[in-house]
Amino acid sequence: MTSNFSRLSDDDLATCVHCGLCLDACPTFRITGLETESPRGRIYLMTQWKRGTLEFDQEQVKHIDLCLGCRTCEAVCPSGVPYGRIIEAGRADVEDARRPAPKRLGSRLALRQLVAHPARLRLAGNATRLAQRLHLTSIARSGRMLPRLRARYCPPEGNIAPAFGERKHRVAFLVGCVMPILYPQSHYAAVKLLQLAGCEVWFPPGERCCGALFAHNGDLKGAERLREANTKTYRAGSFDALVVDSAGCGAHLKDFYPELKGRVKDLTEWLAEVGIPAPQKKVKVRVTYQDACHLAHAQRIKKQPRDLIRAVDGIEFVEMRHADICCGAAGLYSTLEPDMSQRILDQKLEDVLATKAEVVTVANPGCQMQLEAGLRARGSNMKVEHVAETLMRAF
Amino acid sequence: MLPSPIVEELRGVVGRESVIVSPNDLRIFERDGSIEGALPDAVVLASTTEHVAEVMKIAARHKIPVVPRGAGTGLSGGAVTIRGGIALQVTRMRRILEVDPVAQTALVEPGVVNQELSLVVAQHGLFYAPDPSSQKACTIGGNAAENSGGPHCLYYGVTTNHVLGMEVVLADGSVHWVSGDTPDRTGLDLCGILVGSEGTLCAITKIKVRLLRIPPSIATMLAAFPSIETASQAVSAVIGRGIVPAALEMMDSVTVGAVEAHYHAGYPTDAGAVLLVEVDGTAESTRELMAAIAKVLDENHGYGLREAQTPAERELLWAGRKGAIGALGRIKPNYYLHDGVVPRSRLPQVLSAVGEIGEHYKLPVANVFHAGDGNLHPNILFDMRDKEVLHQVESAGEEMLRAVVELGGALSGEHGIGLEKAAFMSWIYSEDDLGAMHRVKDVFDPTGILNPGKIFPDDARRTVHLAGRTGLAVEAKWW
Repeated sequence: MTSNFSRLSDDDLATCVHCGLCLDACPTFRITGLETESPRGRIYLMTQWKRGTLEFDQEQVKHIDLCLGCRTCEAVCPSGVPYGRIIEAGRADVEDARRPAPKRLGSRLALRQLVAHPARLRLAGNATRLAQRLHLTSIARSGRMLPRLRARYCPPEGNIAPAFGERKHRVAFLVGCVMPILYPQSHYAAVKLLQLAGCEVWFPPGERCCGALFAHNGDLKGAERLREANTKTYRAGSFDALVVDSAGCGAHLKDFYPELKGRVKDLTEWLAEVGIPAPQKKVKVRVTYQDACHLAHAQRIKKQPRDLIRAVDGIEFVEMRHADICCGAAGLYSTLEPDMSQRILDQKLEDVLATKAEVVTVANPGCQMQLEAGLRARGSNMKVEHVAETLMRAF
Repeated sequence: MLPSPIVEELRGVVGRESVIVSPNDLRIFERDGSIEGALPDAVVLASTTEHVAEVMKIAARHKIPVVPRGAGTGLSGGAVTIRGGIALQVTRMRRILEVDPVAQTALVEPGVVNQELSLVVAQHGLFYAPDPSSQKACTIGGNAAENSGGPHCLYYGVTTNHVLGMEVVLADGSVHWVSGDTPDRTGLDLCGILVGSEGTLCAITKIKVRLLRIPPSIATMLAAFPSIETASQAVSAVIGRGIVPAALEMMDSVTVGAVEAHYHAGYPTDAGAVLLVEVDGTAESTRELMAAIAKVLDENHGYGLREAQTPAERELLWAGRKGAIGALGRIKPNYYLHDGVVPRSRLPQVLSAVGEIGEHYKLPVANVFHAGDGNLHPNILFDMRDKEVLHQVESAGEEMLRAVVELGGALSGEHGIGLEKAAFMSWIYSEDDLGAMHRVKDVFDPTGILNPGKIFPDDARRTVHLAGRTGLAVEAKWW
């Protein structure tokens, strides 16, 4: 198959002035020292493909594959290159042109046939839980990555969680696809915080995966289909904000759902805006924070989670070096590019362990899974938890 | 293409994965931060001094050009392999080998990123002074090769004032230390010759740098001016009073507009020009100095004077200044600039000349520069996809530089001569001058394999070719 690279926009590509300020912000450049594994290099490559000044070369697809999509480059780029949009379009174009890659076809199939369907996903979650009990999951690398699964997150009866005290806001909450299965405790904590903050929480019935994983992996058609279904669902209710406690989903909803413009809020962004009541309990714990790329770079939210954590009485907050550099999880990346993912994780763990914190707080399930697996392999007992859980320690 | 036995030899030194010869991949390495490009025949990634030395020996044996390359953020084509050959990448040599907080020195590998060094030594209350605007990404090795400047070099001096010694590899693969641990360079100052030699005399493999104590107090002020001329008069007035701020930077309204769009740092978008002034020292001295400067600016049509109130505010102002050239991408996808220097007193004249040239060619020009040093950066903004305009851009750039020279200035303040300005060297230097430089070059690199086609005018290349592959003129291979 060939591609005419129709999804890539020449005007988007032309915003890159080739200054190179992005290079050292890129995790794969920092590891390889190679321009081909840098944002500037990838943009240059896609530009040549788009303009037809370089023939498409199957061997060069790996440079696009190796991009984490962390968008750190986008946050440091002075000329405003919309890298997130470029790499999503580029990946979609590359999918049309590349020679079939079994692993990627497999992941696309899994996304379309499993992740897009809540009922099938629930079944798979149950099966995985059973397999874990029988110690079958440790055989595969991806199995070892998984956290110990608990009972999945279930929204309350009637799909409404009432505000505690006076109702000040009504928010919709994204339950999402894999998060209720992998980290139900994050959702429970997030919803409780919202209730404490005077929000009535509505769980839109029929809501499906937001499509982020699809878009990040070059399946824009799949993502568009999910958007269509979800948009109908959201139209059926009224809400002040759609609150999201997974950074990857939040970034995607903000970029990809024009109808929700201005109403998608990351949990920490929303809580910082509406305020949470004074903590009730005193805690004593040393905490560090790992930025989620799609929160820090795609949504430019770094201050709010830190401010919320610092505000808890008794939390000793310690800033980690390179906190805003990717941990190597990057959605399906850890499965699709395990070697690079591991090299990035190894560097990350050095910085994490150097903080001597008891808890690493995160804002995205992928980061949590990656850091948990890495710390487990190093025999560390540092705990990884969602920012909602850290905040709930005080209540 | 390198013959495969040579590729195998190189792979034997650095490993299979560290030699890139795929023609399509090589395309990604054809440019640096400037706009001209040419394909290397191979990219070789060195991890140690031994790698660099062995690669150099192979290149010497086969007379293959070698161009050392860091992050490729240079603005004069210094890292462009204009005669092909080996791009010798040092980005994997990024260890800080030692920091001596008492002697206030650090020994670093060439691939260490400028800002990373300052971040690491900050725990000792120290910093590395030269701060090119690309410091987030550019390497200390590249800085030493280009003798880079930066906003704070007005007061602190440029890279050569902060390099105590270097380990270098010469064209025959021999490894040497030049100068050493103390600021005094005794005997013939070989280190002084090699810093700023733009890769034409040696490859740099280790650098011993001087670190400075972070000043206890820093004050940063922003002032608006009705026009770029009034702002330049204010600059002359400040320096004329005998005040040397740590930094004194100017941006015109075009630049401010682009910068504000990304950084929201609070630069006034309605001003004709803005000055960013910084002083440091003790709390008392900064207060006094800033008051004196404010008075001068006020007397010279400055308005809306505003001092940064918090470190965060200060950092944001600087982030805006340092990202300014990149931010111009919001206006047009390409920029072309020469960093000519004029005596400070000539700033108003040269800036009106620059403005007139831009108008003559109907090309937008954005000025952002180290005003205190008289170091211009007139960025001609254009779109490379518009082939019609390329020739005009070249001519306008050349005329601007000509204006600089006619006003008693020099070709480059900090970016280096590289590829872009080599053709203009004869405006400043006589045949004899250039002959003397050639004799120095011959001592270090008798076969001429180190970064050929740079600094020295090349008879075959009278003009600059704007490119990045679109209108590219690759020179015939000479080896």
